[in-house]
Amino acid sequence: MIKLMKGCLRRSGQMAILAATVMGSSVTSYAGDPEKEDLKFGFIKLTDCAPLVIAKEKGFFEDEGLFVELEAQANWKVLLDRVITGELDGAHMLAGQPIAATYGFGTKEHIVVSYSLDYNGNGITVSNDLWAKMKPNVAKNEDGKPKHPIPADSLVPIVQKAKAAGQPMKMGMVFPVSTHNYEIRYWLAASGINPGFYYDPKSKTKNIPGVLDADVELSVTPPPQMPSTLEAGTISGYCVGEPWNQQAVFKKIGVPVTTNYDIWKNNPEKVFGVNKKWADANPNTWVAITKALIRAGQWLDASEENRKEACKLLSQPNYVGADYKVIANSMTGTFEFEAGDKRPMPDFNVFFRHNASYPWYSDCIWFLTQMRRWGQITDNHPDDWYFEMAKKIYRPDVYEKAAKALIAEGKFKESDFPLGADGFRPATKEFIDGNMYDGKKPNDYIKSFKIGLK
Amino acid sequence: METTTTIETQPLTGEETPKKPVEPKGPWFNANGIAHTLNTLGLGFFAPFIRLIAGDEPSKQVREIVISIVLPAIAFAVFVGLWSLAAQRVQTDSMKVPSPAETWSAWQGILEFAEREGDKGAAFKERMGERITKMEASVVRAKAEMGVAEASGDSTVVATLQEKIEGIKKKIDSYKSRKYVGPPTFFQQIWTSLLTVAVGFLAATIIAVPLGIFCGLSRFFNIAVNPLIQIFKPVSPLAWLPIVFIFVTALYDPAEGSTVSRALLISALTVTLCSLWPTLINTAVGVASIDPDHLNVAKVLKLNWWQRITRIVLPSTLPLMFTGLRLSLGVGWMVLIAADMLAQNPGLGKFVWDTFQNGSTTSMAEIVCAVFVIGIIGFFLDRIMLVMQRLVSFEEQAI
Repeated sequence: MIKLMKGCLRRSGQMAILAATVMGSSVTSYAGDPEKEDLKFGFIKLTDCAPLVIAKEKGFFEDEGLFVELEAQANWKVLLDRVITGELDGAHMLAGQPIAATYGFGTKEHIVVSYSLDYNGNGITVSNDLWAKMKPNVAKNEDGKPKHPIPADSLVPIVQKAKAAGQPMKMGMVFPVSTHNYEIRYWLAASGINPGFYYDPKSKTKNIPGVLDADVELSVTPPPQMPSTLEAGTISGYCVGEPWNQQAVFKKIGVPVTTNYDIWKNNPEKVFGVNKKWADANPNTWVAITKALIRAGQWLDASEENRKEACKLLSQPNYVGADYKVIANSMTGTFEFEAGDKRPMPDFNVFFRHNASYPWYSDCIWFLTQMRRWGQITDNHPDDWYFEMAKKIYRPDVYEKAAKALIAEGKFKESDFPLGADGFRPATKEFIDGNMYDGKKPNDYIKSFKIGLK
Repeated sequence: METTTTIETQPLTGEETPKKPVEPKGPWFNANGIAHTLNTLGLGFFAPFIRLIAGDEPSKQVREIVISIVLPAIAFAVFVGLWSLAAQRVQTDSMKVPSPAETWSAWQGILEFAEREGDKGAAFKERMGERITKMEASVVRAKAEMGVAEASGDSTVVATLQEKIEGIKKKIDSYKSRKYVGPPTFFQQIWTSLLTVAVGFLAATIIAVPLGIFCGLSRFFNIAVNPLIQIFKPVSPLAWLPIVFIFVTALYDPAEGSTVSRALLISALTVTLCSLWPTLINTAVGVASIDPDHLNVAKVLKLNWWQRITRIVLPSTLPLMFTGLRLSLGVGWMVLIAADMLAQNPGLGKFVWDTFQNGSTTSMAEIVCAVFVIGIIGFFLDRIMLVMQRLVSFEEQAI
């Protein structure tokens, strides 16, 4: 089409206008047609797969000439393996997954990211039993309800008692490189509870389960099984995405104590990841997917009605499949803590606002700092290493290409995107421990933690 | 031929003893013959009806009918009653056993979902149609432009427009053949499961039958492989799956849009590995226990090796071999559900797993529906094998 455009421009103006009308009527209008039209994406049954579901159900993929099949995967490992083998063209991934895979913690493969699916959306839930023990230690508001955010301080005496009795407390998270793992660790460590290391720098040995020196032992449980594992008493708390915290409230088996919004305000959560080899072979398809996802993200944040419609779609058995009201509880601007203690949380699920869909280098680097902190990255690296890793994995250039195409089509305004930004979000102290995070100074951040490898 | 072998001496059997036919009492049709055929087809249930119509000992037939209908009906009613009772009593904080009524409405839900997907498919076809119309219009416009360009003698523009028209035409063709891709419905999942088990069972048969014949024919071969057979026989599908996964991922790269996806093949081969043993062992036992006289006859007739296999060994082994095949298919169908769950093969196992993960208020009822469907399909597969087994056995009732 570019060729056509040039040819026409060289000729008469009238010809160019004619050609433009031809182009406008064709299906796609950006640099090139997708190399691959039939795509299969994997997802895990969590509400933050919403942009993928919306892009399919609202026809945004189809508008780009893409025919997408969405398939629920059994767990995060299976999902990543199938992206690596090429059975899936792309997937709803934990933000830490492409980073860990590219670095080589777990399965090694270069995975790239052009779109961040959402911010926030996780919670930490404890069992009824543990909550009963914690509650006396929790500070209260004037109305008698627990004061938020609830730090893990209230947990300290219980954890110490359990450890002294030789049966350390056990909690669940969804994957070794998931946001949930880093968040629950962050939450515990902010109150001086050691969640365990993956590496011992003294003996230079790895600890695969990541429970070295742990006060609380964390283990992996797939998200949908969290409530039943909690109910069975195997774990006494977990950190997971929605709807599995609200599910615990509804089923009266546990109480969410904090959300990750309170641990880090507007923290990156899931991303859309593809294999680098796939991306090299299908550059136009990648841009087209990103375009559709941007539209889906914006649609999700556009109105309350849209959110409700999204909840309906997500409650279909082939997507998240949980009951509508469970999904709607967190996706429509509220979050229920103890049964009946429903509080407004307008930013609990952010898909597009606050530039949530932009693949920020600084978000990628935050995960790298946490991987280093807990010993998943075994060596000390200079700041530059962090920047290089981020550039290898996060691809704002692809996002911007998609954004510009959408602006050219008149679907978006330039002000909708942080175009031309350097890829770093401003430094912030909005963490539960109040530490300053500046993506441009990863090592300073790593050094600021009391518990953690330096 | 050695008669003492190291193979287990007891063959695995799953044979039911068919009813003895009653002497015909000749009305206008051969009631006995029909009843006999029904028996062979595993539909012995209907035989008393035929005989009753034929006026063959009516009181006896009525009794048979009462026994064969009323008793199962009572058992079923008791079962449903106990189930309803369990549904009221058995529950955890988060889950409860669904009642029969809830299960029925979940089944309606499954049907509705399939119907909705059908509607969505129709809507997709319509959208594609609109798109094709638009593209055809743009071809017409481009052709008009090309006419203008040709008139002005601009060959570059003509060439590029030509290229463009061709591109659009290609796209139109691809859109015409495009099918709606939605989530698999329950019925598509049943179909996938049947296909998977067929592939797996076929592979198991191809491996197990020759191997079983060799084991039965050669004592030395049997001694050599017997330890391997005994070790691998009891291994669970969950243990085979990761190994199969590596092999399939490394060696099989399906073409785009191929019916046999990697996940399907992984499931199928797991089924193979778990289900080939009954066939193998029964075939080996069958071959080993051939009447030595038959083999002596073969020697007298100077049959060569191949003739001996096809004329003596195979025919006399068939009944036992088919008993083995029937058991194999039963095992395969059972294993498939687990394999589907882990291999992400979009069959019934994945349906059960995904539904369990949904954890909605209707999920458990949907799983109960799946349990019934799995059971009923398993029953029919078994019936089919039973019929085959009867057809190849030499007993007097074979027609």
